[in-house]
Amino acid sequence: MQVSERHRQYWQKNLRITGILLAIWFVVTFVVGYWARDLNFTFFGWPFSVWMGGQGALIVYCVIIWYYARYMNKLDIEHNVHEED
Amino acid sequence: MAGMFEHGAKTDSASTASFKSQLNKVYSWYAGGFIGFVLVLAVLEQMGLPKSWIGFIFLLATVGLYAGIGIMSRTTDAAEYYVAGRRVPALYNGMATGADWMSAASFIGMAGTVYLTGYGGLAFIMGWTGGYCLVALFLAPYMRKFGQFTIPDFLGARFEGNLPRFIGIIGAILCSFTYVVAQIYGVGLITTRLTGFAFEIGIFVGLGGILVCSFLGGMRAVTWTQVAQYIILIVAYMVPVVWLSIKQTGVPIPQAIYGYQLQKVTERENQLKKDPKENEVIAIFKERAAAADAKLKDVPGAMAADLAAAQKKLDDLKAANGPAADIQAAEKTLAGLPKTAEDAKKAYTAAKTSNAARAVPLAGMPPHAQQFAGDPNGDAKAKDAFDTSRRNFLALIFCLMVGTAALPHILMRYYTTPSVKEARDSVTWSLFFIFLLYFTAPALAVLVKYEVFNVLVGTPFDKLPAWINNWARVDPALLSVTDINKDGIFQLGEMRISGDIIVLATPEIGGLPYVVSGMVAAGGLAAALSTADGLLLTIANALSHDLYYKMIDPNAPTARRVSISKALLVVVALAAAGVAAQKPADILFLVSAAFSFAAATFFPPLVLGIFWKRANRWGASLGMVAGLGTTFYYMATTQPWLRGVFGVTSPIADNIWWGILPISAGLFGVPIGIVTIIVVSLLTPPPSPATQELVEHVRYPDLKLGTA
Repeated sequence: MQVSERHRQYWQKNLRITGILLAIWFVVTFVVGYWARDLNFTFFGWPFSVWMGGQGALIVYCVIIWYYARYMNKLDIEHNVHEED
Repeated sequence: MAGMFEHGAKTDSASTASFKSQLNKVYSWYAGGFIGFVLVLAVLEQMGLPKSWIGFIFLLATVGLYAGIGIMSRTTDAAEYYVAGRRVPALYNGMATGADWMSAASFIGMAGTVYLTGYGGLAFIMGWTGGYCLVALFLAPYMRKFGQFTIPDFLGARFEGNLPRFIGIIGAILCSFTYVVAQIYGVGLITTRLTGFAFEIGIFVGLGGILVCSFLGGMRAVTWTQVAQYIILIVAYMVPVVWLSIKQTGVPIPQAIYGYQLQKVTERENQLKKDPKENEVIAIFKERAAAADAKLKDVPGAMAADLAAAQKKLDDLKAANGPAADIQAAEKTLAGLPKTAEDAKKAYTAAKTSNAARAVPLAGMPPHAQQFAGDPNGDAKAKDAFDTSRRNFLALIFCLMVGTAALPHILMRYYTTPSVKEARDSVTWSLFFIFLLYFTAPALAVLVKYEVFNVLVGTPFDKLPAWINNWARVDPALLSVTDINKDGIFQLGEMRISGDIIVLATPEIGGLPYVVSGMVAAGGLAAALSTADGLLLTIANALSHDLYYKMIDPNAPTARRVSISKALLVVVALAAAGVAAQKPADILFLVSAAFSFAAATFFPPLVLGIFWKRANRWGASLGMVAGLGTTFYYMATTQPWLRGVFGVTSPIADNIWWGILPISAGLFGVPIGIVTIIVVSLLTPPPSPATQELVEHVRYPDLKLGTA
């Protein structure tokens, strides 16, 4: 089986968006977590890192997954690999 | 409603749309009906319906409802039984995954953990939500495209053979079984609280509800029940928190406002640390710990002294003709004294540790808003404490996240959607529905803490609210209060509270009517039952589909496969209930262990199997064994209960790596699994062209070769 150039591009774009979103995921989880003690400024009443741990990171996770689904569903159609229903 | 679940196998878009709108209608009516049901009970309570009746009605109505859905969705068709006919719309699959995912630990335990450990507890909140990013980016769409029935199916097809499949079966059973035992334990606890049945009977009543549902209808019944359970559990979780928020701040959105309550809690913490009465309580615990320590230095002498003192007290009481109850108590104390030096040493050590643990400010809770223990700018010891605490926090998040993305009962759910696109959307919905509960939990913890610090602390003992005594009566291990310094006033240090009752007691802490307590308990039951359903199906399917059908008898007719799965379901459920009825000591540890096991066993082969064509049979097999083996070895040598089981005697300190706690053992298992797969795959021949084509096939929702 030989996939076409168009398919290869699709997969490259998929890997790129996966990488970018994963980097964001890593920053809000582990980078903010590592420097939690230093990110202690007040944010609407919370110390910032406490807010991130309890709420902020969760909102970012939801947005990451939502954006990925939207992006990929569009990419499927652009590269003609979407499912016919 | 029955008609809805009988929907035929056609999946053209018109019938899909009508199926969806029918679902919307049924579940809106259902949600309305549930709220109406609660309101009617609330009115009946005001008219004098006894509390025990409310508990019974909640238990019977909800378990009956789940069983009813199970009976209506009964099936013997393999596609229906294993993957609900692959036509569950994204939104409903999201709700079902939410209920499948949120277990007794999430519903009952998580907010309590945050209450007790502050920032450290947020590791669970982040870990159990952030893992869905990995599910969405690495697994769900590809699993759906692969489109079989179970996770071992994927391992068997991608890694060419029964060896990887078999290791997968072992891994799936190991993590699902440890997890299901904890759920059934939770079911028993709540049923006991709702009805007053004995714990063992409670387990079997709850089990009945689980079995009718998954036994008759497999994945189809479980899916529609889980949607119903999600609606109950989310309503039950929100109502008391919103109420507390209105009561304390006047704003009905606790998630947006609790930052200001957290500031007040922090202020109050500083006051309590300086409070002379609190310090008096701490001093008493210190004295007691010191006394126990002194006894340890001369065990035989202390035993003789204890015996003489108890005997003297009894004699004095008898001589003075004291009340019969006091005499009995004194006799009991005397009879309960340790008989051998060995026992006495154990008892004194226990007294020393437990008293020393309570001789600390804020009843041992760290300041709620403080990130990590220790101090990075302090002396060497404080620096070390800070580093270890931070390292463990991040390691725990890592294990929970990777574990989330590797638990077979969750990944299995993405086989049930109609298409790859719906699988992607379905992860979005899953996390959204999970998010609703998880981002409320930290708010609940802070609001309850505010209530305890400001309302309870300083109350005279005879004016304490009734819920404290009610819970203490259920089990003193869950909640106990004693007037340690005999001043008649309640101090924070005088209460011992288990995290497991925080959520269940929130309605009472907030002064809500009992019907809300019943509803919260029913929500906890829904959470535990729904997860147990999903886990039991996973185990039964691994045995019937993967072991029996794929490995032992590939010619077995469909009907026999489904019947075998059903029979196994009952056996596994009874076995799990049997283990849960023994109340194994370290149930919380078992749950967390399941995550590390899943992470180390499944995550590396699944992800590499999709993203690296060169990964082959030997790499995956050895990688899974190495990952699981490392995790297991680390736990067995560092976790006290497992050390006992395996008779490990070398000191824990020698076996600990970088101060990582056994709960995060997956931190070592996952990278070792990945490295093993890569190294071994490169040393052995690449997979066949057909397998490489399979990888190509799962990467694109529809390749359309020839048309492209």
